[in-house]
Amino acid sequence: MSEVSFSFDDKIYKGYHGEPLAAALLRNGLISITNSTYDARPRGIVGLGVEEPNVLVQLVSGTQESMLPATIIEVVEGLSARSLTGVGALPEDPGEARYDKTNHYVDTLVIGAGVAGLKAADEHLRAGREVLLIDDQPAPGGHLRHLGEEIQTELQAVLAHKNITYVKRCTAVGLYDQNYVVAIERRSDHLGNTALAKHSRIRVWHIRAERIVLAPGAFQRPLIFANNDRPGIMFSHAAATYISKYGARIFKRAVIVTVDNQGYHDAIRLHNSGVLVQGIYDARASAKGASVDAARVAGVTISFRSTVLDTVANDEGALQAVTIQNLDTKETFKVEINLLAVSGGWTPIVDLTTHIGIKPKWSEQHAAFLVNQSSDKLQTVGMLAGDFGDDDNPSAFFGPVLDNEQARHAYIDLQRDATLKDLRRGVEAGLTSIEHIKRYTTIGTAHDQGKTSGMLTIGALCQLNKESALSPADVGTLSFRPPYVPVPFVALAGRERGELSDPIRITPLHKWHVEAGAIFEDVGQWKRPWYFPKPGESMDDAVRRECIAAREGVAVMDASTLGKIDIQGPDAAVFLDRIYTNMFSNLPEGQCRYGLMCKADGIVFDDGVTTRLGKNHFLMTTTTGGAARVLAWLEEWLQTEWPDLKVYCTSVTEHISTIALVGPKSRQLLGELVTDIDLSKEAFPFMHSRETKIDGIPVRIARISFSGELAFEINVSWGHARYIWQQLWALGLPYNLTPYGTETMHVLRAEKGYIIIGQDTDGTQTPYDLNMSWIVSKKKEFIGKRSFQLPYLKAAGRAQLVGLLPEKEDEVIPEGAYITALNAQPDEHGKTMHTGFVTSSYFSPMLGRGFALALVADGLKRMDEMVSVPVGKKVLQAKICDAMFIDKENIRRD
Amino acid sequence: MNTQDTLSPGTIGRRKAVTLPEQPPQLWRNVKPKKAYDAVIVGGGGHGLATAYYLAKNHGMTNIAVLEKGWLAGGNTARNTTIIRSNYLWDESAAIYEHSLKLWETLEEDLGYEMFFSQRGVLTLAHSVSDVRSKKRNFYANALNGIDSEWLTPEEVKKLVPIINISPDVRYPVHGATYQPRGGIAKHDWVAWGFAKAASDLGVDIIQGTEVTGFDIRNNKVHGVHTSQGTIAAGKVGMVAAGHSSLLANLAGFSVPIQSRPLQALVSPLLEQVLNTVVMSGAVHVYVSQAHKGELVMGAGTDAFNSYAQRGGFHVIEHQLAAALELFPIFSRAQVLRTWGGIVDIAPDASPIIGITPVENLFINCGWGTGGFKATPGSGWVMAHTIATGAPHELNKPFALERFYTGHLIDEHGAAGVAH
Amino acid sequence: MLNIPCPHCGLRNETEFHYGAEAGVAYPDPNVLTDIEWAKYLHIRANPKGWLAERWVHFAGCGKWFNLWRNTITHEIGLTWLPFTTQPKSPAPESYRNGQEGSKA
Repeated sequence: MSEVSFSFDDKIYKGYHGEPLAAALLRNGLISITNSTYDARPRGIVGLGVEEPNVLVQLVSGTQESMLPATIIEVVEGLSARSLTGVGALPEDPGEARYDKTNHYVDTLVIGAGVAGLKAADEHLRAGREVLLIDDQPAPGGHLRHLGEEIQTELQAVLAHKNITYVKRCTAVGLYDQNYVVAIERRSDHLGNTALAKHSRIRVWHIRAERIVLAPGAFQRPLIFANNDRPGIMFSHAAATYISKYGARIFKRAVIVTVDNQGYHDAIRLHNSGVLVQGIYDARASAKGASVDAARVAGVTISFRSTVLDTVANDEGALQAVTIQNLDTKETFKVEINLLAVSGGWTPIVDLTTHIGIKPKWSEQHAAFLVNQSSDKLQTVGMLAGDFGDDDNPSAFFGPVLDNEQARHAYIDLQRDATLKDLRRGVEAGLTSIEHIKRYTTIGTAHDQGKTSGMLTIGALCQLNKESALSPADVGTLSFRPPYVPVPFVALAGRERGELSDPIRITPLHKWHVEAGAIFEDVGQWKRPWYFPKPGESMDDAVRRECIAAREGVAVMDASTLGKIDIQGPDAAVFLDRIYTNMFSNLPEGQCRYGLMCKADGIVFDDGVTTRLGKNHFLMTTTTGGAARVLAWLEEWLQTEWPDLKVYCTSVTEHISTIALVGPKSRQLLGELVTDIDLSKEAFPFMHSRETKIDGIPVRIARISFSGELAFEINVSWGHARYIWQQLWALGLPYNLTPYGTETMHVLRAEKGYIIIGQDTDGTQTPYDLNMSWIVSKKKEFIGKRSFQLPYLKAAGRAQLVGLLPEKEDEVIPEGAYITALNAQPDEHGKTMHTGFVTSSYFSPMLGRGFALALVADGLKRMDEMVSVPVGKKVLQAKICDAMFIDKENIRRD
Repeated sequence: MNTQDTLSPGTIGRRKAVTLPEQPPQLWRNVKPKKAYDAVIVGGGGHGLATAYYLAKNHGMTNIAVLEKGWLAGGNTARNTTIIRSNYLWDESAAIYEHSLKLWETLEEDLGYEMFFSQRGVLTLAHSVSDVRSKKRNFYANALNGIDSEWLTPEEVKKLVPIINISPDVRYPVHGATYQPRGGIAKHDWVAWGFAKAASDLGVDIIQGTEVTGFDIRNNKVHGVHTSQGTIAAGKVGMVAAGHSSLLANLAGFSVPIQSRPLQALVSPLLEQVLNTVVMSGAVHVYVSQAHKGELVMGAGTDAFNSYAQRGGFHVIEHQLAAALELFPIFSRAQVLRTWGGIVDIAPDASPIIGITPVENLFINCGWGTGGFKATPGSGWVMAHTIATGAPHELNKPFALERFYTGHLIDEHGAAGVAH
Repeated sequence: MLNIPCPHCGLRNETEFHYGAEAGVAYPDPNVLTDIEWAKYLHIRANPKGWLAERWVHFAGCGKWFNLWRNTITHEIGLTWLPFTTQPKSPAPESYRNGQEGSKA
């Protein structure tokens, strides 16, 4: 191992490449490293891995992760970290690093590359399956790694098998239904400065496996005693590993306190590393096994029915002595030491199984909750399944009996500073459920999510209820929730950020619009030109100019985002009759008709013009935002209600581009481009459609007007749209052809009282409310018709679409403003009765004044009534009028 | 030992986390069910407990019990993102939520119980021209309803929440926001416990681990409930069971237009305070606040399908976080500590159902969907009135089950997306 | 992320599908129903705890509607069937099939 420098809390230390930061800190003599979150008690390293509750650090280098246990960070040249007191800090720099995701489908997923996991992988490989093996450690071996032992040769061969993929530093964070696993692979922090910028730093694995084998192992458990949080009190397995494997020889004298044979294993390791083991205090009445014999041989004093009761700190707050208690005689004595190695039994890692609702079962023999699952889909092995080896023999002991003073600093959750006293208070307050205890004490809610404190809580509850012989089996485990370890937001966001956060849809004319200086608005995923300002123009200026061009000259708009659905089949006309409120079967070929559709509840949900291209062929247009919704709606009815109808629907939104040429001079301009069609109103009437070619390019021209003005919609294939557009512009200069955007479109249509679904409707309007009874067929059945009979849908007082003229002509009432009766005043509660609201409101250059559309209660019966519109501190006044403001006779469109 | 002088050198000057106030010595009495009560509330969540409290306090009905099949307030009360506001679009909604907010404002005093109610303000962002239009409508509607509401420009939003990205160059820029200064958050468990304690103190029996398995209905009138602990007679029964409402209604022989869906949320570990306002964005699906202790609490979307499993799909969380980073680049290294799901009861119009049922003396309160927490006191208040008097309060009249038959829906779908 | 068996395309991720709630609710003849019956058709759909016969559409795939049995507690997925074909029996144990579908499962 090569020596490297790293920085911790702004000081430079030496460490070995690849070792855990916790090991390096200990070797450098840092026993007391941080302070606890609430009580500000000195704290040091306790554990070996993700269960570490005390020493949380923020990475200043690499991924700059906000909070990680020092036990899982690998030391590398250039590593920089700072300690935290349980409260993380977010780096300002959002970082340029890449985070990615992968999807993986595999026969067998094995989680955990310890001996049990490797054996399971071997079995599945032998059965001819492909295996994905993921493990959160930098190397395989699990428990053996901590012992510094090599894995057996035959298991090494497993890793070399051609059908296995082994991913290290990859933590399964969630188990979901149907054998779906989410895992997080840390790919760069261990490389330090040598990490390539272009490589993703964290990869999120989405894994679907036919079979899953869970071999996650277990965490060692602490015990509850007074002042059990002092630096120098560690899990015995962790202490032995840091000292014997990583050479952190900073502890001279140690005591082992244990409830199982693991304490003996670790005592021997400490003894062999030169630590003076003052004694093993075992809560059990007796013990036997190879490790016990070995400890005896090593000459370590062993005391049964004894445990640690309390501890004493030195001036730095670190451990100085322990008080040992005989559990039978209650006699106590002190031992001066600086390391207390605790072995409170094992807690198998049940977390993932509880994610999908599997309830772990208490095993008295193992003094642990186990999950024994061996279905074809999901299998548990190793310690999770109860394989603790033949030299363990734990007892379900969680700590000595403590009085209230002792309980005050007997910590159950070190990160939350939650003590036995807190727990007792909760129980005394009447709490019986462990979920309540958790919430009352906050145990299990910190960064480690109760990995070691959860079982202690259960043990403490049982101890408090000794008379009722409460067993952990009665209490049950807490439910763990994904993720198993905290995962940075940035990793889960992956590459779906910035421009990729949501697809951007553009029309074939988009580039032209950009070059013309258009300001865009987002309409769903589409980018639509909102208006085209000339240099120095405000939005109002531009819109007025565009409106005047459309009403007095000729203007052009890209309407390509309109939803388009090609509907064909012998029953297409019948189908449309059922979908639209109005009749389509009587629409002659080559003609267009505006249609309105309702949901079954009678509420308007989309509109548009549909053209009959042939006997059995229609082209439906929908609102820009409604295209997908409407197609899904049509398909649902066809497939699930009317399979007898022979109709085929195809989305052609992005096949056909639509260019709207609008204005009194549009006929003349188009006439220069299209010479083989008589464009006169007699030969080519309103709402008729004609097909022809421009320079050999097929186009379909329709006399559809969303402005009330003379207008032609040119439909052309998406790929040819730009060519046709350019031809129009080549000819349009003498006409002062003007491009316009959605805002001008809105003004023009509002002047005619044409609605926009979603603006002049809000999901509560029937066609009648929109003053469109003319579009509701009395002759036929259609979706939604029945609902018009429901009492409220035909009740008096419904909001109806009307026009509104502000009293002051230059006033434009804000959209969304609410309308009250004239000079209505607030009641004693500060509420003012309203009578409707403004849906659309603009300045009309044609009218030379502001005007609005509004939904007003019984509005159609209230023509010419003056109403008030409170806007902030001002109260505007306006007159209700018909919703059509110009050309009521519809002369202009011809 | 006093700890101040033993601070580890590296951590001097680091921020200490906020300490929580101590809980009272007794929360509620654990009792065995009596043979009979004047009224039984089925469901020991926040709404059920609030109902019991107001029955006792406002209507003097203390011979009542709350039956909870699991642990108290272990359903959606324990699983929501605790956002409180009243700036709803429709008058009916605004009225009931505003009544609730007014109760919140004196609730800690009323119950004698601290619940970290914090009026830190709620921002609702608009991300497009049409979004602005509908949010402004909401703002104007609130003004007439006497509800505090402001319209903020992107710059004003930035002033209030400095970590928010208002650049016009992002996929869906912030175009503005409505702001309700009186909105905020509270600590969800404590709200339930506060109601439980206060109700228990007034004599209400709170009974956990008791599942209702049927209703004793004779001549279309309820006389009690069958439970896992035997039959309990009751003059009146209130069903306040959120996601399980359709099951209970079926047991009583009628149907409710409710679909139960998983709704997920997540928290981060404790972080230094960066966000002092609740921020909601329906358009990009972000609902976030930073709780008192320092964790970021975020709501995600509902899963698409019916479920009682209290867990949702992970892709919903991933999508949620991608959206959150667009708005809050500083969150990039925050971590997801825990995700969880609740089962929300969604009505066709995303509005609650509170009132009488086809069975005499049996009352229902459900359909709060994704936004019930904020309504806890208000919902309990009107439900208690409905049970005590046998007729709805003015505020819950519009929310009758009957509205689905008349067509008089209160459609908050369009207004709020996921109405956290 | 459910793994949903499209009868036409095989197993696909849930995100490719849209949900259609309870299966087998046919569009009634609107004109023979009372207001209440009509409103029930509009708004009431089964919401059992346990096995539910429900509709899905493979929106981002073949675009076809189909039905399947799914357990709303365990998210297990049972048989699928096409519209207008016979609905297979509920995977729930026989004793729970009537009345409260799967409420005790």
